Amino acid sequence: MASLALTAAVGEVGKGFLRERTSDTLPCQATEKLFCFDWAKDNIDRYGTPTVQHLELVTLAVLFGFAIAFTLALLAHRRRWLRSPLLAATGVLYTIPSIAFFFLLLPLTGRGVDTAVIALTAFNLQVIYRNTIVGLSNVPASVKEAAKGIGQTDRQILWRVELPLATPEIIAGLRIATVSTVAIATLAVFAGGGGLGVPIKQGGIDFKTNIILAGGIAILMALAFDVLLLAIQRLVTPWERVARA
Amino acid sequence: MSAFTVPQLPLGSIQGALEFIFEPQPSNVTGGKLVGGLDQTLELALTQLEVTVLALALSMLLALPAGLYLGHRGIGELLAVGLGNAGRAIPELALIAFMAAAIGVGTLNLTIALAVLGIPPILTNAFVGIRQVDRAPVEAARGIGMTEREILFKVEVPLAIPTLMAGIRLATIAIVATATIAPLAGVLTLGDYIINENVYGENGVVAGAIVVAVMALSLELLLALLQRRLTSKGLKLRPA
Repeated sequence: MASLALTAAVGEVGKGFLRERTSDTLPCQATEKLFCFDWAKDNIDRYGTPTVQHLELVTLAVLFGFAIAFTLALLAHRRRWLRSPLLAATGVLYTIPSIAFFFLLLPLTGRGVDTAVIALTAFNLQVIYRNTIVGLSNVPASVKEAAKGIGQTDRQILWRVELPLATPEIIAGLRIATVSTVAIATLAVFAGGGGLGVPIKQGGIDFKTNIILAGGIAILMALAFDVLLLAIQRLVTPWERVARA
Repeated sequence: MSAFTVPQLPLGSIQGALEFIFEPQPSNVTGGKLVGGLDQTLELALTQLEVTVLALALSMLLALPAGLYLGHRGIGELLAVGLGNAGRAIPELALIAFMAAAIGVGTLNLTIALAVLGIPPILTNAFVGIRQVDRAPVEAARGIGMTEREILFKVEVPLAIPTLMAGIRLATIAIVATATIAPLAGVLTLGDYIINENVYGENGVVAGAIVVAVMALSLELLLALLQRRLTSKGLKLRPA
């Protein structure tokens, strides 16, 4: 998987976040203070690698999730009887907690980024699948009739009429999936998948500054993805703005 | 190579994990002490179920009345929907660690931390569910002299059950999943098997994952059945 090369580039996953430079960490780690600005300022660079790993986990999981769920949704759009079974199957994958999923995979794929990405992808499928199906079903029949009337083939109707009109729903699903994945990927540390869970797990529950920094970066990342996807939606659906104005 | 090379299924480790769930096994780390087995598995599972139910009850207690009220009055959309969106961005591990650091470890504190995950979906879905109810039956109910309370509980809530229940199901999944990492906050749930591999070995880790997955799926199934029971007959006749 492509992830392996990337992981090698950013160093071994999840090793030694607090092992080096512990002497200057201890005073802040032991304090009752909620947040040590000085420590944060001097040590923010430590979060670079976990942040990059986190980005990598989320990006891969959402890309794979989208590729699979979108394909399944198109299949179910053609063959209606597939809808409910696929909804149920993706529902099961969504319901199994990611942290359990990591270790159900342990005998198959061991520990590492691959295991984390597979579990996070499985978690993603339901939301993207369901929103794509809902988006496609919400396209008014009259619009499809009109497309048929001007001589479009089924394939043209799908790609030029139905999918563009379903784009807001599809991207809404992607936004939910991405934001949730950023949050859940903090658990990937238990699967040896790295990410922003690494500093939290290694720093322990007493090291508040560290928890706030790592958690804060994760929240900012979720926000950034959300804004990015919203911008993409506006870019690819220019007619929405005209209709509203 | 044959085209039919089937990947080797790890039946051995699944069998080992299943044995671990039911029969205590000597741990190869803690000097051969017996670990796992049905008694310990049940105890950990019950603790996980207990904190899940407590946290779910707490989030419903806080979020349902607020969501129903705001939905009925049609106010506070920004709060109700915004909180739901923001709630999804809360990183589970950071939340549990931070709450343990800020308010302390133990069952009560853990319950509060888990309820933080349950509140947003329940609040948002209660609000949206009530808002989406067709205005015509609501006006009709007002016309025949129902009080606002009657309108809410006899007209709007029954019609909003699918959306309300969807919120509760989302909350349940998030809470039961996150309860797995409760050992970090000093409460021993099934996550103990998963997080402490040095004590329980790989069999314990896989065993914990199996029981957590079964528990989450059972809860989801239970709530789906409950939703069917709560949905009035007339609504089920409507084509989906």
